[in-house]
Amino acid sequence: MKFVQNLFDSTRPAVTTGKLKGLYPLHNALETMFFVPNHNAHSGAHVRDAIDMKRTMVTVIFALVPALIFGLFNSGYQHHLAIGQIESGWANFWTLENALYGALKVIPMIAVTYIAGLAIEIYFAYRNKHAVNEGFLVSGILIPLIMPVDIPLWMVAISTAFAVLIGKEVFGGTGMNILNPALTARAFAFFAYPTYMSGDKVWAGLTNVDGVSSATALGQYASTGTNSFGVIDGFLGLVPGSIGETSTLAILIGAIYLIATGVGSWKIMLSAVLGAVTMGLIFNGVADLMISPEQQSYLAVPFYYHLVFGGFAFGAVFMATDPVSAAHTETGKWIYGFLVGFFSIMIRVFNPAYPEGVMLAILFMNVMAPLIDHYVVNANIQKRLKRVQTVQA
Amino acid sequence: MPNLHTVRKGLDLPILGAPDALVDGHLSASVYAVRPSDFRGLVPKLAVKEGDRVLAGDVLFTDKADPRIRITSPVSGEVARVERGEKRKILAVVVLADSQQEYRKFTSGTPANREDAINWLLESGAWSLVESRPYGRIANPDAEPKAVFINGMATEPLAVAPAVALAGREEDFAMGLQVVGLLSKRTVLSIAASETAPALTKASGVELHQFKGPHPAGTTSVHINQVSPLNKGEVVWTLNYQDVVILGHLARTGNLKLERVLALSGTGIAKPRAVTAVAGASLEAFLNAELKSGNYRVISGSVLTGTKVSKTDYLTYYASQLTAIPEGEGTDFFGWVLPSFAKWSVSRTLFSWLTPSKKYDLNTKQHGEDRAFVVTGLYEKVFPFDILPMPLLKAMWAKDLEKMEQLGAYEVVPEDFALCEVVCPSKQELQKLAEEALDLLYTEMN
Repeated sequence: MKFVQNLFDSTRPAVTTGKLKGLYPLHNALETMFFVPNHNAHSGAHVRDAIDMKRTMVTVIFALVPALIFGLFNSGYQHHLAIGQIESGWANFWTLENALYGALKVIPMIAVTYIAGLAIEIYFAYRNKHAVNEGFLVSGILIPLIMPVDIPLWMVAISTAFAVLIGKEVFGGTGMNILNPALTARAFAFFAYPTYMSGDKVWAGLTNVDGVSSATALGQYASTGTNSFGVIDGFLGLVPGSIGETSTLAILIGAIYLIATGVGSWKIMLSAVLGAVTMGLIFNGVADLMISPEQQSYLAVPFYYHLVFGGFAFGAVFMATDPVSAAHTETGKWIYGFLVGFFSIMIRVFNPAYPEGVMLAILFMNVMAPLIDHYVVNANIQKRLKRVQTVQA
Repeated sequence: MPNLHTVRKGLDLPILGAPDALVDGHLSASVYAVRPSDFRGLVPKLAVKEGDRVLAGDVLFTDKADPRIRITSPVSGEVARVERGEKRKILAVVVLADSQQEYRKFTSGTPANREDAINWLLESGAWSLVESRPYGRIANPDAEPKAVFINGMATEPLAVAPAVALAGREEDFAMGLQVVGLLSKRTVLSIAASETAPALTKASGVELHQFKGPHPAGTTSVHINQVSPLNKGEVVWTLNYQDVVILGHLARTGNLKLERVLALSGTGIAKPRAVTAVAGASLEAFLNAELKSGNYRVISGSVLTGTKVSKTDYLTYYASQLTAIPEGEGTDFFGWVLPSFAKWSVSRTLFSWLTPSKKYDLNTKQHGEDRAFVVTGLYEKVFPFDILPMPLLKAMWAKDLEKMEQLGAYEVVPEDFALCEVVCPSKQELQKLAEEALDLLYTEMN
């Protein structure tokens, strides 16, 4: 520890007064990663809570670990299953081959995301003379987890750069962004490189393999109105999909951790589920009114299927709860979460071109969140005005 | 129970170093100083010069904006010097105290009516103890407050219970209540639901309200918010129970004795207890005897809202607490990710929630760097007002006066954001932000 501290101490003059001034944000980011600095409260309250932004963010990363590990195995499992190397079943799931396949695909993606994103973050920290914010520590894991396993690394890099630049830095950086950066990256990739983001090849590493396919549950629903997977498969995660989104169970473990630590908003998660269930039940009720048999069959899917298939669970737990892009007021969070769930299922069922409705629903609600907050804040203002009128009357 | 208010949101800091519940000793000093910066918004106009003899109760300086507002000397003696800073700004008026204290005699006895009471308080300088809301400044004597709120509670960390501080001073307190009762049609006394001291529970001539719950249940802002929320254009005056004792003493004897019971607490103090102390006392000799050796921060006031002072400094004018806690030292290797049982956090990202009754030797460490607002919903947990803290703070940040007004800026003083500041993971300086914003609001509105 002393050795690391000495290293930082000896290089500090070079980046503060010396020739390498431009590297100060990087130096500072690395140093504060190793050591929480010895800053003392200098104004206001003299004691402070031991939590800081780094610990808040690393808590989210811990919560993502189950989904990440499951994603590594599942990527390999889906690939080997599709090309016929293995039989389906748990016996062939937790194997070294699956893990290796997944690791070789996913770890480079994580590395590329971090390098692309942090390079831009550090540049802006230097340009705007502030410290590197921790928000991207989470985004850097989230972005790979919501990509198909087969996406080329350069697309990941460009999507990440787009998300950090247009999604975050143009608005003033961490804390100021309107859209969730990770979903901005996915939306960019989705619309810029649609062939790599949808279809029945990309989810199991089959882009260069002819003759076999592996469609996601939602993809199947959108084209045929039925699905070859059971609800238990969907809950446990033995289905093709984006890397981190398939196992509702692993996501649920993360959700419990986020709620227990108080870092994730349980209000948003719960209300998103309520919204999805509401929409699912409405669809069940009106399924007979649809014209095509595929639509009738898709609308009649039991409402709880929607909670386990596709990216709904991942979105509701890790994306919708991003405190910056979600509603900021406590009442607003209920409305925001409910509508995220409601629109997710609506878009996914009614628009076969976008089977993954949750991404669009959250981005849409990110844009709407300030409006929700506006009305919540206004209600508080009106209450105060009313009080004055009662006094005067 | 009538008038019982339960406050659910808030936080009692689990901090070690609570004072013993007895008054033992006096903070004796030979030098006293009054700092204009202790009075929010006051621009001083000196009434003395170096070498002048003053009695306790003689005016040292007045408010430039309203010369009727006098700040008087807490002790008799000789004006040793006037400390000045940049642009000759007056930092402190220092008085060398006589060994035998002499008081300027003011009229004793309860004044006949409101006008007499106000003039008598203005003349003696005791008016400095009457604060007004909004803004939390010395009251404007011409205002017509809708009520006077007397705070008979002490929920700040490491404070002394009012029952302890009032013991032996019941007569002065009762007399003080009579004086305060003249100032407005409505006088509200707020006490803790668990209060047993008869001086408080059986106080006469006041509207009694009881409060229970964690800090800030004992702050005047919460009391006003619960009993009679402040609307635009309305004014209330506020006093602390110890100030009422000072007014009562003035009425009984004619002497303005600015003496309070001071909670001497924190882990840096060898023997945490209560002592009596006169406003502005020099701390040097006293702390040499009371402070443990080591690197401690001395705070005139509580750890939430007090002023950092050096060992050679003076007690602030309104202080009823003197706290010493360890200054944070050293860096923390991977302190943001490693689990630790020694650290305290309201969030459950550390383990302190497993031991809710454990107390900590909290130091002044900030535990992280300044960041942008990111996390939402945290301030709300410790902010028991019908006010949205984040939107209000953002309006303050943007200096949007209209929004501030609409969101309830008149109902708060900077100290109300102390707990938000404690729990903030972005380490924002909220009290400073609120202070600047409210100053701006005051300037624009007056």
